[in-house]
Amino acid sequence: MVKVYVPQDSTAKALGADAVAAAIQIFAATKGVELELVRNGSRGIFWLEPLVEVETADGRVAYGPVMDDQIDSLLNAGLLDATTDSPLYLGLTEEIPYLARQQRFTFARAGIADPVCLDNYKAQGGYEGLTKALAMNGQAIVDEVKTSGLRGRGGAAFPTGIKWQTVHDAQPTDGETKYIVCNADEGDSGTFADRLAMEADPYQLIEGMTIAGLAVGAEQGYIYLRSEYPDAHRILNEAISRAEAAGYLGENICGSGSKFNLEVRLGAKAYICGEETSLLESLEGKRGMVRAKPPLPAIVGLFGQPTIVNNVLTLAAVPFILAQGAQAYADVGFGRSRGTLAFQLAGNIKRGGLVEVAFGLSLQELLEDFGGGTYTGRRMRAVQVGGPLGAYLPESQWDTPLDYESFAAQQAVLGHGGVVVFDDSVDMSEQARFSMEFCVAESCGKCTPCRIGSTRGVEVIDKIRANQNRDANMELLEDLCETMVDGSLCAMGGMTPFPVMSAVRHFGEDFHRTTADQNEEVSA
Amino acid sequence: MPLTAEQISSTVQASINKLIAKPGALLPILHDIQEVLGYIPPEAVPQIASALNQSSAEIHGVITFYHQFRTHPVGKHNVEICRAEACQAMGSRHLEAHAKSSLGVDYHQTTSDGAIFLEPVYCLGNCACSPSVRIGDRVHARVTPERFDALIDELRTDKLEVLNG
Repeated sequence: MVKVYVPQDSTAKALGADAVAAAIQIFAATKGVELELVRNGSRGIFWLEPLVEVETADGRVAYGPVMDDQIDSLLNAGLLDATTDSPLYLGLTEEIPYLARQQRFTFARAGIADPVCLDNYKAQGGYEGLTKALAMNGQAIVDEVKTSGLRGRGGAAFPTGIKWQTVHDAQPTDGETKYIVCNADEGDSGTFADRLAMEADPYQLIEGMTIAGLAVGAEQGYIYLRSEYPDAHRILNEAISRAEAAGYLGENICGSGSKFNLEVRLGAKAYICGEETSLLESLEGKRGMVRAKPPLPAIVGLFGQPTIVNNVLTLAAVPFILAQGAQAYADVGFGRSRGTLAFQLAGNIKRGGLVEVAFGLSLQELLEDFGGGTYTGRRMRAVQVGGPLGAYLPESQWDTPLDYESFAAQQAVLGHGGVVVFDDSVDMSEQARFSMEFCVAESCGKCTPCRIGSTRGVEVIDKIRANQNRDANMELLEDLCETMVDGSLCAMGGMTPFPVMSAVRHFGEDFHRTTADQNEEVSA
Repeated sequence: MPLTAEQISSTVQASINKLIAKPGALLPILHDIQEVLGYIPPEAVPQIASALNQSSAEIHGVITFYHQFRTHPVGKHNVEICRAEACQAMGSRHLEAHAKSSLGVDYHQTTSDGAIFLEPVYCLGNCACSPSVRIGDRVHARVTPERFDALIDELRTDKLEVLNG
């Protein structure tokens, strides 16, 4: 019996993993080899996907990237005998440097097994956190999360324990319940950590939400998932129904008498619904219009009740904290940023993928040591960190340590840890224009600086790019950005100026090319 | 063949009946209708409004807020090209231009043979292997213009088989 792993992750499938899996099955059947084919999650080493693994006495050995036009020759070379004689042979999976150098807390189980197999989850330490939580009172769970120093992983980095305390202390209306809402509307370009966590280890998120429910006394949870993630949708629904059947969700969790139900709800292609109040409106069946705060969602949240709204990775970090102890989590990190952050190397990068490390590594180390430079081989020029509302960083800022405060000091944001790399063919005035254009498309329209400001922003940048009255328009753009930062209701309008102004500040030459220069470039 | 008014009405009612008990049922209902019919017919609006005890204006407001919901039938295959930054860094602007010119449509339009409906999308979470295209529920990575043409050819071939079959 040969055991082979081919990921069912959506990036692996986008690169042809299904065809690879089918070819392996056909080959084994023809040769009469008894095969157990496991469709595991991905380990997040996306530049090596499809990553095929074969189990051996020494552990799992890996081959990658196995494209569908290479699988036949790899099979003939002896894939099922774990041949070392192949250019795609990578050695023991656990020893692949990209993986071995990471510190995996939240993604420790990612890619090991079939993601919806509950027995595998438990065999790998799953539900130990919940077991401990069931023996504690709500306040003790909240205290544990506080001690861990965990901060919201969605981007705003608010201390999770404090949010939980607020919901713990708040009372729902008579006959109503509090809610746990997982923000799985991972809309930022360059981010896929939530998707990977949901596709590769769905029970961890389910367990984290269940623990949150016990901590604050909430009986209903919702995962608000973006509709762009159909694989995550299928996997989460399957995992939830298996967890229900096994008594880990439902009216009587593990016989404790506590109740917690969970449901996945789909978004409908609206970036703004990643903003927590807009998300709540959407869950209530309304337009995703941002709410004014206060009241905080922790006090008046979903259907008017006290609600925890946390990102996928925030909730997914909770089982580790309960199982291993808050101190184990707090022991790693940098300054006030404790624990690990899942960075996502994306865009024009040679070795793109998920890199979970403790805070404090420099951006340069991430880009070079893990990323290996650009995919195109050209000079790296600009790096956007923290999604479409994050600043573009020039080379002079790449030595910035990766922690929330150091980035804030550079007028940049770490956000959800997305890192998008551009080579020197990028036109930064075009990127600045896109930031404004994106805000036009995705603004909820509630506040004027965002709704109108972004439209004016596109127009002003167009004039600058067309060399019309440039100095006056540059000044106007700066004014407009200031108005949007100071006057917008939420981060959509309030942060769109970050990428725009960083492009102006650090890549000013792209705004000062004459139309003649641009024409010359086009003709050349 | 287009559905009759009665067929549309009963489909819409089935979605409503199945989901109305859920708190905040409107989005699940709209998703369900679009899943079955491919779009949300204008005549469904008063029907949903009456079931949820809301005004037609409120329902219309929700449908038009979200990029996903559409109020008219579209092409057989939904093809979405990612426009977000990670894909831009890998040449998605060029891919978009190629797609529009080779298909002869702009975004939110269907090709003249009714096969392809072209839409933009902002991120498919496949940002380490850009540029990305989604066709139906399937994401494709590192899509060059040539790969795009091959994918479209496959879709059109499928269509012929269905018609002949």
